[in-house]
Amino acid sequence: MSDHEYIPKSKFGKWFNDRLPLLTLANHLTDYPTPKNLNYWWTFGGILTFCLITQIVTGLVLAMHYIAHADMAFESVEHIMRDVNYGWLIRYIHANGASMFFLAVYIHIFRSLFYGSYKAPREIIWIIGIIIYLLMMAAAFMGYVLPWGQMSFWGATVITNLFSAIPLVGEGIVTWLWGGYSVDNPTLTRFFTLHYLIPFLILGLVVLHIWALHVPGNNNPIGIDVKKPSKDTVPFHPYIVIKDAFALLMFMIVFAFFVFYTPNILGHADNYIEANPLVTPAHIVPEWYLLPFYAILRSVPDKLMGVIAMLSAIFILAALPWLDTSKIRSAVFRPLYRQFYWILVADVLVLGYVGAMPAEGLYLLIARVATAYYFLHFLVILPILGFKERTLPVPLSITEPVLGGSSNLVAARDDSRLEKLK
Amino acid sequence: MSKKKTERRDFLFTATAAVGAVGVGATVWPMIDQMNPDASVKALASTEVDVSSMNPGKTITVLWRGKPVFIRRRTQDEINEAKAVALKDLKHPEKDEDRAKNPEWLVMLGVCTHLGCVPLDQKGDYNGWFCPCHGSHYDISGRIRKGPAPTNMEIPKYEFVNANTIKIG
Repeated sequence: MSDHEYIPKSKFGKWFNDRLPLLTLANHLTDYPTPKNLNYWWTFGGILTFCLITQIVTGLVLAMHYIAHADMAFESVEHIMRDVNYGWLIRYIHANGASMFFLAVYIHIFRSLFYGSYKAPREIIWIIGIIIYLLMMAAAFMGYVLPWGQMSFWGATVITNLFSAIPLVGEGIVTWLWGGYSVDNPTLTRFFTLHYLIPFLILGLVVLHIWALHVPGNNNPIGIDVKKPSKDTVPFHPYIVIKDAFALLMFMIVFAFFVFYTPNILGHADNYIEANPLVTPAHIVPEWYLLPFYAILRSVPDKLMGVIAMLSAIFILAALPWLDTSKIRSAVFRPLYRQFYWILVADVLVLGYVGAMPAEGLYLLIARVATAYYFLHFLVILPILGFKERTLPVPLSITEPVLGGSSNLVAARDDSRLEKLK
Repeated sequence: MSKKKTERRDFLFTATAAVGAVGVGATVWPMIDQMNPDASVKALASTEVDVSSMNPGKTITVLWRGKPVFIRRRTQDEINEAKAVALKDLKHPEKDEDRAKNPEWLVMLGVCTHLGCVPLDQKGDYNGWFCPCHGSHYDISGRIRKGPAPTNMEIPKYEFVNANTIKIG
């Protein structure tokens, strides 16, 4: 892990480090050579760590006041909002924090897609990331059930019923998940338990994610392998730390805007009505961050196939390092991929939009086209593109285009040529 | 694997692994099974409903095992309509006679077979129920006619205890 032997200066430090090399780890994290051309899209790893810690701390505090019982959960949340000191603030941070977490993770994922960060030798980082993303969705879904409002109840009913699509054992699995014949108190208590557990699983996976990252080091905007340490790198501290800190402050402004000015805009008014198993709200929609997958689920007219399509849309990402056959990482040097990338971004946004609309008429048609394109992008376009695309010359190092030395630099530096290709 | 002769040691490995697997299974099963419906949930098995005040054309919704049950007293027109549907037009072919033993009374789980929402009464293209979640249309016999739901709404076990009382479960 470390490229050099670290010897603490103080005698105690040396004594301690010989027994538990925490100081070596701290030194590695401080000196960690980072490509010097990292842009602000690379700051979202740090932002996500902040989001996770925020959710854990606020969640811990909320759990001191929340009561996981079907008869009391709804009231206990209102109790937090009205009676508990600063309860409203803590709950709004936790609820909006989930949305902020997903906002950051989507930017982080699409950063990876643009700059090819999932490609060799970073496949394991990517797959761990996908597992974290899946766990985030599970945690967010179960957390949304806890206030025991109408959307909580019916969201839980719809999502757990996805398992009933499995042939033969589906109904048994759903009953097992519920602990009864419908979503009820046993379901609530187990969801609370798991909602408490998952963030710590994510925390463990984040450690693995960063560990795996520190083996090859960061990818960078031009996607080339960087010698470490070299003229192409800067130490993590203070260069990246200060950049991450600045980006985090900007992010916190957005976060605070939601918490203090529009704390309920990302939620649903129906969730301020207590759960009622006899009445389904007229229009059930999941939280915004799940809408693209919801649109895929609804675009398939068959129940089992719809569930399979929705899950495939997520799991297909895990296979991405092998579906993308191009040797070039960064989209900066892939003129065609760059266009398909933006089409995919638009496609996912369209899916998100139609996922929030009723599944009928034109919306359904658009959802079907967008779903088909989503799979087309990963299963057809990406594999073929790797062979057919004429990529631009890639510089040999980050400093080369600046300091000169090779004909490649012309291509890398000449922005006007890049502009024409756009 | 080469054609090595089975030795005493191979037998011991296999036997140890087998006993270990049984032990792990026996330990894990209680951890899994504790999530299944418990005795108190199973105990709430049946509900009795007084339907004496219901006029034809009226639907009531009662709670049974945490789920809504629709009880509809159908009009003669509705019964005729339900019986007139050809089986080949149905996604999940079931005769109306098999779903409503007493044709005047339709008793069924008010749970959409797609993803478990409660369909709305007297809505949709088939004069029956319509599920607002993902757009499944059911007819006046509760049979799926259009939309993503795979099967007809389920008929629970029920009986008329007397002329005015239905016992569900």
